[in-house]
Amino acid sequence: MDVREKEIVLEANHVSRIFPASGGRSLYANQDINLKLYRGETLGIAGESGCGKSTLVRMIAQLDSPTDGEILFHGKNISHLKGEEKRKNRRHIQMVFQDPADAFSPRMKVRDILCEPLLNYGLISRREKDQHARRLLEMVELNPDFADRYPHSMSGGQRQRVGIARALALDPEILICDEATSALDVSVQKTVVDLLIRLQKEKNISIVCICHDIALVRSMSHRTMVMYLGHVVEIVPSRQLGHDTMHPYTQALKDSIFSIDMDFSVPIESIDSEAPSPLNAPSGCPFRNRCEYCQERCEKEIPALKEIEPGHEIACHRFS
Amino acid sequence: MLDVNHITVEYNNVPTLIDFNLHMDKGEIISLVGESGSGKTTVIRAILGLLPQEGSVAEGDILFEGRSLLGYSEKQMNEIRGTDICMIFQDSGAMINPIRRIGSQFEEYILLHEKISRKEAHQKAVRMLEAMRLPDGENIMRSYPFQLSGGMRQRVGIAMAMTFQPKLLLADEPTSALDVTTQAQIVRQMVELNHEFDTSVIIVTHNLGVAAYMSHRILVMQNGRVVEEGGREQILQEPSCEYTKKLLQAIPVMDGELYVE
Repeated sequence: MDVREKEIVLEANHVSRIFPASGGRSLYANQDINLKLYRGETLGIAGESGCGKSTLVRMIAQLDSPTDGEILFHGKNISHLKGEEKRKNRRHIQMVFQDPADAFSPRMKVRDILCEPLLNYGLISRREKDQHARRLLEMVELNPDFADRYPHSMSGGQRQRVGIARALALDPEILICDEATSALDVSVQKTVVDLLIRLQKEKNISIVCICHDIALVRSMSHRTMVMYLGHVVEIVPSRQLGHDTMHPYTQALKDSIFSIDMDFSVPIESIDSEAPSPLNAPSGCPFRNRCEYCQERCEKEIPALKEIEPGHEIACHRFS
Repeated sequence: MLDVNHITVEYNNVPTLIDFNLHMDKGEIISLVGESGSGKTTVIRAILGLLPQEGSVAEGDILFEGRSLLGYSEKQMNEIRGTDICMIFQDSGAMINPIRRIGSQFEEYILLHEKISRKEAHQKAVRMLEAMRLPDGENIMRSYPFQLSGGMRQRVGIAMAMTFQPKLLLADEPTSALDVTTQAQIVRQMVELNHEFDTSVIIVTHNLGVAAYMSHRILVMQNGRVVEEGGREQILQEPSCEYTKKLLQAIPVMDGELYVE
């Protein structure tokens, strides 16, 4: 699929998010992030914990506002909306959370969970609740009778399906999945991924999915974006991920995956150090103190994202 | 060395683990894989004698170096736990007291099992931390658990577990809460420990890749039963059980199929 001919749904321009920290310091959770999201496309975001993935999607979902830069939804800046306008805009961008057990009120029945967003926006009347709950449950391949259950009497996979159904109740244009499958067993994970892909095709929605498993991100998204210490280091069409030139960090992420068809006679490759704290980020390239290709230039200059082939951008001095 | 003889574990008279059988030699690494609720953790808890109150071993026996662990008194178990048989948890941060420094807890643990001075215990702890490639052990000893990253806390947990060079190390999802890069480091270190000290390891994991990389034998569990058992090649290349095949197919691999194009 050539993403360039597609309609842009969401755009982030030079987005930064800086949190104040103790001792008058600043924590750069996101730094100068630019991205485009196309209609019907899945953008996967991979990276270690603390790299700013969640901060970024929280800003996209309007749960947080950028310190600098702007987020455009259909060309309109949504990053500092207030009041009723913000509320109205939220229905277009919905989120599925990591732990479905924590995302629901344990005292609400599935019917009420699913219909709450519809009632909030005045789209249905109370009498229509049952009908809509059953429709949404069928959409995510669950028995419509689950409407009478409580979240605790369902399995993790079933709960996550309810989470997806709730997020899709308002027919959003963008669905954000923050580690939506990480808490599930592998076999269940696959069925949830299959469901997301089917729904995307039917509704032509855009999905942003965060996952720390780069192999899973690759298999379910059109494009993969790799983040490190608040920076985007690489954006690559998923089918090219793993073959073409790659950022040293992407390579390291890929190497540290345990696969069932790896060569078991060689020790697993991995960068030995841990990511520095974002409060203590190195000057120049954020990855330089863990990178085997580090040169003098990397210590001084932050590499910018540069397109090295259509749709494939890398922020590394080796490729510029 | 360890013989688990056809044990059945019941919680409130409902069997959770059924007819589990395992014979383990010195220096062997065995993985238990399977979905949540398949009884993997129950196996480890039964061996450690740490089943919750409503749980009990209804049938079978657990022999450690020829002696039945089930017949041990609480005092005898306390002597074995932490010295001969050690445990690594999913999040070592959760097993450490959050309002005490790492150092005081590590020293206390050593002094409980060995008659040495606090100063010697301190030095021993620092040596163990540095052997786990934790930079600046003294600094770690002064830290509170929340000041360390998940990977560092897990290394502290492994350092504590390895202090007395246990004969048997039980690890319950030791890397599941970690980033992939950290997971690779920890797994590699556990294999090195196994080589160095000839420690036998039972690792519970849902990650078949980790299981295959680490272990000599893999046990696939489902609904409280072992549905398939074998060496790495056998499980990966010629799985006989439908459930194992399904598990293998569900793992995302780097050059596997793309669901979207």
